Amino acid sequence: MSQRNPGISKGIDWSVVGIYILIVTIGLMAIFGATYKEGDPIVQSFFNFSTDYSKQFIFFGVSLLLGLFVLLTDSKFFPATANIFYAAGIFMMLLVFPFHSNIKGTESIIKLGPLNFQPAEFCKITVALALAKYLSRPETDFTQTRSQVIAACITLFPAILSILQKETGLALVFFAFFLVMFREGLPASILVVGFSVAALVVMTLLLEKNLLAFILLGIGLLVALLLRRQIRRDKVLLAKIIGITAICVGIQFFVVPFLFKTVLGKHQVERIYSTIGKEIPEEYIRGEVVINEKSGKQENTADYNVKQSKIAIGSGGLTGKGLLKGTQTRYGFVPEQRTDFIFDTIGEGFGFIGSFVLLGLYLLLLFRIVTIAERQRSVFSRCYAYGVASVIFFHVAINVSMTIGLAPVIGIPLPLISYGGASLLTFSLLIAILLRLDADRQMVLR
Amino acid sequence: MSVFNQSRSRIIKLIFLLVFIMIIGQLINLQLLSGKYGPMAMDNAVYPKIVYPERGIIYDRNGKAILNNAIMYDLMVTPAEIKGMDTAAFCSLMEIDTADFKKRIIESIIKNTRVRPSTFQSLLTPQMQARFEENSWRFPGFAMVERPVRVYPYNVGAHLLGYVSEVSPKDIERSERFYRMGDYIGKNGLESSYEKVLMGQRGVQYMIKDNRNRLVGKYEDGEFDTAAIAGRGLRTYLDVELQEIAEKMLSGKVGAVVAIEPKTGGILAMASGPTFNPNDLTGYDMEKNYRRLALDVAQPLLNRAVQGRYEPGSTFKPLGGLVALEEGVITPSYGYSCGGRYFACGTGKPGCTHSNAGHAANLRVATANSCNSYFTHIYRLVVDQKKYGNVKNGYMKWREYMNAFGLGVRLGVDVPSENAGFIPDTSVYNKENRGYWSSCTNLTLGIGQDKMGATPLQLANAMCIIANKGYYYTPHFVKGIDDETAADSVYLAKYRKKHEVLTHIPDEMYQEIINGMEDVTIFGTATRTRVPGQRVSAKTGTAENYTFLDGRKIKLENNAMFVCFAPADNPKIAIAVVMQNAGYGGTWSGPIAKVLMEKYLNDTLSKATKAEYENFVKVNRMPKHFARLQYREDSIRARWFFDKTKDSTYIRKYLRRGEVAPAEKKEDNPPKSTIKSAITFMLEPKHKFFRKPEAPTLTTV
Repeated sequence: MSQRNPGISKGIDWSVVGIYILIVTIGLMAIFGATYKEGDPIVQSFFNFSTDYSKQFIFFGVSLLLGLFVLLTDSKFFPATANIFYAAGIFMMLLVFPFHSNIKGTESIIKLGPLNFQPAEFCKITVALALAKYLSRPETDFTQTRSQVIAACITLFPAILSILQKETGLALVFFAFFLVMFREGLPASILVVGFSVAALVVMTLLLEKNLLAFILLGIGLLVALLLRRQIRRDKVLLAKIIGITAICVGIQFFVVPFLFKTVLGKHQVERIYSTIGKEIPEEYIRGEVVINEKSGKQENTADYNVKQSKIAIGSGGLTGKGLLKGTQTRYGFVPEQRTDFIFDTIGEGFGFIGSFVLLGLYLLLLFRIVTIAERQRSVFSRCYAYGVASVIFFHVAINVSMTIGLAPVIGIPLPLISYGGASLLTFSLLIAILLRLDADRQMVLR
Repeated sequence: MSVFNQSRSRIIKLIFLLVFIMIIGQLINLQLLSGKYGPMAMDNAVYPKIVYPERGIIYDRNGKAILNNAIMYDLMVTPAEIKGMDTAAFCSLMEIDTADFKKRIIESIIKNTRVRPSTFQSLLTPQMQARFEENSWRFPGFAMVERPVRVYPYNVGAHLLGYVSEVSPKDIERSERFYRMGDYIGKNGLESSYEKVLMGQRGVQYMIKDNRNRLVGKYEDGEFDTAAIAGRGLRTYLDVELQEIAEKMLSGKVGAVVAIEPKTGGILAMASGPTFNPNDLTGYDMEKNYRRLALDVAQPLLNRAVQGRYEPGSTFKPLGGLVALEEGVITPSYGYSCGGRYFACGTGKPGCTHSNAGHAANLRVATANSCNSYFTHIYRLVVDQKKYGNVKNGYMKWREYMNAFGLGVRLGVDVPSENAGFIPDTSVYNKENRGYWSSCTNLTLGIGQDKMGATPLQLANAMCIIANKGYYYTPHFVKGIDDETAADSVYLAKYRKKHEVLTHIPDEMYQEIINGMEDVTIFGTATRTRVPGQRVSAKTGTAENYTFLDGRKIKLENNAMFVCFAPADNPKIAIAVVMQNAGYGGTWSGPIAKVLMEKYLNDTLSKATKAEYENFVKVNRMPKHFARLQYREDSIRARWFFDKTKDSTYIRKYLRRGEVAPAEKKEDNPPKSTIKSAITFMLEPKHKFFRKPEAPTLTTV
């Protein structure tokens, strides 16, 4: 701890800083490994910022600088301005609709001179702050359904805007904040119901329609039989069982097809079916489907990406091929390898050991943040810390899962590793604010 | 506040942990347990580029290259790279139609996937190559690749040299996947027998390729590369000038010639007629030429010198004499009184060309006069010897001699598909005669008839035994392999082993037979084959033969047989000539042997011989029944194709004037003149007035 500048360094959790710097460094190396071409002038590139790794290095510098500013800020500033920031974030997201620039098939980006600005990215911070603010209000009683609904609305409003901007992946991130609410007392049954609905949707995709309907009806009948004594006493219970079964069948027969036909995009349908490893049923096919000449099966473009990604990671073996030796990542077989599929570079270059170390660092970071959260005196700080942990967890879990074929490909980056200034800045700020709040953990913030 | 929810922090930690464990689990599965991804990544990015070595050259005895290498070009295609190409222009340049183009592209996609190059057209003609070179920029995805081809500078030796062609799936399997699709392999002849020597060793360069299949550099700086080693040359006994003469003299005739150097067993020339230019089976017209040759009833692809089986006839007689001498049943002074027929078996058969007294007074005279009675009799003396008990044992002993002479067994020459000839087993006669037979049953074996069959190579080899006075070396082409190693003994050791087949006969007795054969050229049937300044020993033979054609047995012209060696006192060349359905042995086979001997021994041809040679080359003695046979074969095949395709163009030329193809005939029932029948008539596909709408077929989306 520096004596000269006690204001900033006092109370800072250095272990988080250490892990942060380690992960970013690994990220820089991974981007270098993924984009370096034989004969590139490495040193020179840092002066003219022509290469991705030199650009990312600059963003790292900028992040550190902004982080410093955050640490210099008074911690009361964050709860005080949380709602204003939230409103600003929503306002900017609304601005996107008339002013978005049409790049990369997304409608969520505003072009400001040379910079691409994605308000949804910024909203991750503002939602974390606003949710913390709402939950920490003395008048909020989170046991009441009304408060729960308001909290859900704060979280999901940007998500809905994101979906409208055709950024389903980003929208899903906001669901991560339910973990915060869970910690603050959201009934576990809600999560269980949510999980059950998700399971039902997956089953709908995997099983044949009528078969699943029979299974659901069978389960309903079984439950009714088991509870027949209670039913004799209480006829409402029977109505409930019938109602739930009917809703399940309804979801299966009408909601899922509706989702796949109208809400989800063509590529999303493809990716989901690629993940579960089935052909797209005829009713969900939009446009032309390429039939593979050899196998006579559908050619799913999403398949190729995930397959190449799995080959890259799988071929890394225990120890990996070494930096710059990975043929899959070096010669363009893996798509989007510096952003969404950056984990492949680590998996191929450093093998299982490298992947394990990186995932270990992430888990360490998450556990550390939860520990930090639990030692806060103020609810605001605790909620915010859980918000940070949830967002990072969701990103890491989904990003790594999609590269190894456990989740459908939704374009969300690997925190602190993937190439991209916006993503790096967002996560750096999230962590910096957390550090600032933690430094003042003895204060009670409202 | 919600302090009572503190326990949920542990649940959240547990959720984090569980999800991470799941991810780690999948990583263990992918990276540690499943071994398939490493090879898949290698397959993606590493391209083993095969470097083909130059094939070995085959030389004749004077060091002239008779089989050499040249460069031609293959057109390769990478289907994924064909974009925005003028297909029509390409097709007109390549002289194909667009349907063919599509078919080939689809084939190459199936064979080598969309992104890997595969052969679109192998061996471009020089014109196509020039045209493509000028226009190559217009056709992305196509590239020319050098392909060494074999050339035969003297245009001879098709049968014995063989050819190379792309490996078949069967070859690949047989080689235990050593060969790959598109490799070339020696087929037939020396190319096939010495494939491993001629082929050399393939080299491999490991190249890195990217996702668009572009080669971007060497893998690991070429650490795993191996260099190609050129194939080694073969030094043969062949004399290319003799070979040329032999092939030319066989043109327009059906037959075979084999000339062997008796002292070594080295084959000086081997020709089979009708023959073809070996260069026809390299280069761009290869398939077309092959089809033409394969469908010819004269069977030009057949190497009659090792695959043809002929009745030796009188050319066998000297061998019969040798067996009798070896067994001690006669001495050279043994005589037989023949009055023009052989009556000892009561039938008066076989007859004899001579009837004057004393024409079989001893072995030498009998040989010179080719007395049938004499040689059938000494055959009977051999098999009926008391020491063997019965004729069957005696016959088996006699058969052993034949096998030792190389008759009835494969000699083991170094070109493939050799025929063993035929010397019947006792079981053959037992079966035919229900176990009861005597030496009279097969007495004509003594004069090379009955069921005896031999290849021209076996006959030439038999001459070597006489010329060498009792031994032979297995006939072979290859004298040595360049940079020969101990491992090459697999190929050559068996040809350097002396076969002593007759041990009891003193040289003087051989001399009687040799003299008898020399007399044949002095006053016998081979007087026309005298070579100026050389003593020649020869024996002619004429074998009758028949064939069945169109259900009738017809007599064909005789097979002309001729064997000889020269010089009689110090043999340097032994020759066997067979002319199928040509006539007398002395008339039709003798001249070929004569020209070969004169060329080989005197190094030049005398004026008279040259004139005779040139006249002989022009003569056509193709058997007359071949024309009919060819017509029959072609028409049967045409009918077969017609039955498969219902395309009457196949059989049109075989129909008699006014005759209609069978399938069309059916529809010639006079149609009733109703509107309905008129419409159905016009809708018939053959009239093509209207095209009948095709039945809707189910197509999958």
